[in-house]
Order: sequence, then C-alpha cells, then structure tokens
Amino acid sequence: MDGPETFGSFNWLRLLLPFGLLAMGFFIGKAIENAHLRSLHRREIHWRRIPVSTLDAPPEGWRVTRAGLVDGSVVVSIDHWKRLLAGLRAIFGGRIRAYESLLERARREALLRMQENAHQRGFHGVVGTRLETARLATASRDGNGTAGVEILAFGTGVERAR
Amino acid sequence: MRGDAMVISNTEEIPGRRIRELHGLVSGSTVRAKHIGRDIMAGLKNLVGGELKGYTELLQEARQEALERMLEQARSTGANAVVNVRFQTSSVAQGAAELFAYGTAVTVE
Repeated sequence: MDGPETFGSFNWLRLLLPFGLLAMGFFIGKAIENAHLRSLHRREIHWRRIPVSTLDAPPEGWRVTRAGLVDGSVVVSIDHWKRLLAGLRAIFGGRIRAYESLLERARREALLRMQENAHQRGFHGVVGTRLETARLATASRDGNGTAGVEILAFGTGVERAR
Repeated sequence: MRGDAMVISNTEEIPGRRIRELHGLVSGSTVRAKHIGRDIMAGLKNLVGGELKGYTELLQEARQEALERMLEQARSTGANAVVNVRFQTSSVAQGAAELFAYGTAVTVE
C-alpha cells in the first residue's frame, strides 16, 4: 500500500508532466505538420492530372465511358498544445490559426485521397465533388472533448474515352 | 466503393448514361461505436495531433456498410444504379456515430 510519503516523492513528476506533454505536443506536432504540408504539396502537383470539379457535367469535350462513386476521408485531431492556445483565444475571440491550419490540411488530404481512389479505379477525372465535415464526440469521462473531425470528400469519377 | 455491377454517382445523372426508369429514394445506415483499443490509441495520438488512422478506417468501413445496405435496397427495387447519393454523419451518442447514405434508385441503359 502506498504511504503518503511514497506518493509525495513523485509530486515533482506530477507537476511537470502536463508541461512536458504540452511541450512534446508542440514540438512533435509542429514537425508532423511541416512534414504533412510538404507531402501535400508534392502530391497535389502529382495528382493534377486527375481534374476535380464541383460541377455535375464532365469537362467540355469529354466522352464519358464509365462512372462511379469515389471518395476520400480523413479523421484529424488537434494536439493539446494547440487546444490550449485555442482555449485562450476563445476568451478574446478572433481567428484560431491552429484549427484553420488543421482543417485546411485535412481537406487537402481528403481531396488527394479521393483523387488517388479515382485513379486506382481507372477514372480520369471527378465531377460533382462535395466536401463534408463532421465532428466526432469523444467517449472520455469529461465528456466535452472532441475525438476528432472527419472530412469526407466524394464525387463521381468519370472515365474518358481514348 | 463499388457494388457489383451497380453504378453509383453523386450527380443527378450518370455521365455517359441515360436514365430510363425511376425507382425512388433508397437509403442505408449503420451506427458504429469506437472500440476501446482504438479509443486509447486516439487518446495517445491527441498528444501530438494529426490524423487518427483508426477512426479514418472505422468510418470508411461504416460508410461502406451504409452504402452496401443502400445498394441492397436499390437492387430489390430492380434498379441498376443509384444517382444523387448523399452522406450524413452524426454523433448520436458519446463514442458512437451514425453513417447514413441515401440516393435515388434508377434504371440506366
């Protein structure tokens, strides 16, 4: 059984742990974000050959031979450091850049995955593209956290006659 | 996202095909809960932020199932395609989400 003195000797750890986790979240989160931005940039250039449109009609001059539903999705969450900053920001109001960046990266990722999905299935373009955002509630005890946000991109892939 | 031989599109018409017959609204849904292992992993991932791959996969599977159920219903009406498909995700309870897919069953030539 733990005596009070055994517990007391770990007080410094319990005090530092939240700050340690925040710092870890900040640095690792930043590194992951930068790596993701580089990957997005590279893949966006690569997938330019699969044009994406929000119109229902295929591009002018395309004779479509086959069509089918394509999609791409991603669930993202924010690190604790950014959540803390966002919480502070909510006191004064204004832009929360941390969330803007997260959602923007998630949308780009979902669109890229949709393009990859379209390519895998032999389509040459995507029409009628829609983007949807859904907030997923967490199962945690505090009950007010967000487990993550799902971004779904979907559309109709079209195959062009050669 | 492919049902055997059934054509699905989220546009009003299927590019390159002509709609012959209308069979009405069809839908499919599923409610999924995250399992505890995935939830714990997601909790750890929350430290650094970024993608929660377990959830992405979970929702993809769920959406696939909702689509399958929608297609089943479409097949039973004698349709060979579903057009104007829409998706909806709602958090119905703590730790559970409903995935809902609906569209219009049609016969295309």
